[in-house]
Amino acid sequence: MHLTQGTFSYLPPLTDTQVRAQVQYALDNNWALSVEFTDDPHPRNFLWEMWGLPMFDMRDPAAILLEVQRCRDAYPARYVRVNAYDRQLGRQTTALSFIVQRPTNETGFRLERQEGPDRQVRYTLHAYATDRASGERYEG
Amino acid sequence: MTALESPPRDAATDRWSSGVIPYAQMGYWQPDYVPKDTDVLCAFRITPQDGVPPEEAAAAVAGESSTATWTVVWTDRLTAYEHYQAKAYRVEPVTGTPGQYIALIAYELDLFEEGSIANLTSSIIGNVFGFKALRALRLEDMRIPLHYVNTFQGPPHGIVMEREYLNKYGRPLLGATTKPKLGLSARNYGRVVYEALRGGLDFTKDDENINSQPFMRWRDRYLSSIEAVSKAMAETGEIKGHYLNVTAGDMEAMYERAEFAKELGSVVIMLDLTVGFTAMTSMSKWARRNGVLLHLHRAGHGTYTRQKTHGVSFRVIAKWCRLLGVDHIHAGTVVGKLEGDPNMVQGYYDTLRKSFVPRDLMHGIYFDQDWGSMPGVMPVASGGIHAGQTHQLLHYLGEDTILQFGGGTIGHPMGVAAGATANRTAVEVIVQARNEGRDYFTEGPELLRAAGRWCAPLRAALDVWGDISFNYESTDTPDVATTATPA
Repeated sequence: MHLTQGTFSYLPPLTDTQVRAQVQYALDNNWALSVEFTDDPHPRNFLWEMWGLPMFDMRDPAAILLEVQRCRDAYPARYVRVNAYDRQLGRQTTALSFIVQRPTNETGFRLERQEGPDRQVRYTLHAYATDRASGERYEG
Repeated sequence: MTALESPPRDAATDRWSSGVIPYAQMGYWQPDYVPKDTDVLCAFRITPQDGVPPEEAAAAVAGESSTATWTVVWTDRLTAYEHYQAKAYRVEPVTGTPGQYIALIAYELDLFEEGSIANLTSSIIGNVFGFKALRALRLEDMRIPLHYVNTFQGPPHGIVMEREYLNKYGRPLLGATTKPKLGLSARNYGRVVYEALRGGLDFTKDDENINSQPFMRWRDRYLSSIEAVSKAMAETGEIKGHYLNVTAGDMEAMYERAEFAKELGSVVIMLDLTVGFTAMTSMSKWARRNGVLLHLHRAGHGTYTRQKTHGVSFRVIAKWCRLLGVDHIHAGTVVGKLEGDPNMVQGYYDTLRKSFVPRDLMHGIYFDQDWGSMPGVMPVASGGIHAGQTHQLLHYLGEDTILQFGGGTIGHPMGVAAGATANRTAVEVIVQARNEGRDYFTEGPELLRAAGRWCAPLRAALDVWGDISFNYESTDTPDVATTATPA
């Protein structure tokens, strides 16, 4: 499967030049960049692991791309995303968030149905990857 | 002799004599009045009958929408009536349109019950629109003082919370209304929902008139729609929703449907404007209490918003709906099949989304409007739009919006899912180009064509709809200039 979270998941994978252009756009808007990674891509898991703190004071796109690359190198079999954060009053939330690395084998989700009375069904999404311990997922 | 024809009398001696005197003389015309920060201000477009002075017409509107009746009543003197009287304080002719005037009227805040759009509207539009002395009357805009804004709940969630809830950032959201609007069985309906969502849309939608009819009862529709939503989530790993319309004949039925939608895990429900302001307010409170997004379809609004001389402007309806609190509201597309001058639509979108909207006559905004910290409402663009217009839609409507391609998804030659993929891809291509600093508005068609080379569904969509446009003049345009509606 192909995880479609993030702003640009229907485009071909972004090149580093394209990632850099998005980073520049965020910097031009005074947004802080951050890098996050996970091996638990459940759509309601918004708490991906932080690759360091948000880079509030970093204005150099090359340095931000370097952090992206360091995160990819450290976690080659996990999802990695770049977030841009808008701190201005009335927003104080993420402004842009896109995936910059995927596991080669995206195993996807099982839909579990718990059948109840009156034809009601309780639905749960289960990521196949999370059957294995964190760190051992998407390895083989 | 009517009040409007009667000669002015000496104010000091005759103000309280029994009988009929002009409204202006009763204190409803006060050209020297300086509005207070706490006043509710209204801009009315008035078209007086022949022989009625515009100041008297404005005073009549002020009077009848506040304390006055047609004749002098001594019981006014039991009150601090100067405090409660609405004051018409300015009347200006509309340039280039003889016979029409813009009247500004100030209303004391004490005239209105806290948190009640029903009460506000019963005053402001309750009586005056049938007034014989006026040929036509239109409420163009209102300034709601922040003091009054803060007595309303506002959107149950608002734009920021919705994006965090859905985990979707940086692009317009995408939706589609299930078609045909009427007649599909629950199973067929679920099929359309599933295909559209797995193909890449964020939301699908019940149409305004799909409630609980013989061909498909509401409970069956809900069950099959949520099966479809859940399956599409498993396929994409992305949060999806279907606006389950809870509109019904009575409040009890609406609550029952909303509760069931919540139990099934639906992230969103919807309402039609036809249920009325109080019912909408009740559902808004329910939605806040239960953590379910609330979508509003503005069914019926065209009956009173479209004509420029009579009715209520949509920007006022938008304001009321932000106050009473919805998370989404249909607000026009600029391009597409439905009415929408680009300047006017800009005014609606600003009214729904911004914290502060400055006076701007070009956008139909007559007063500064301060919303304080009340969250914004996500405007929905829907009606005859397709992937080939994505660059125009992003340019005119911005990023915090929901683009709903109904026919433009379901009518795709390769199927519903392909239609959805075409739309999602088009949006991401244009957003990417915008962020890269490209002139995406001009280059849009080219950018989309280029993406069609690696995205077959997008190519097919452009081949079918690329040249479709709806070129008609808008009826509701700003007074200060005329602009052509873009195709």
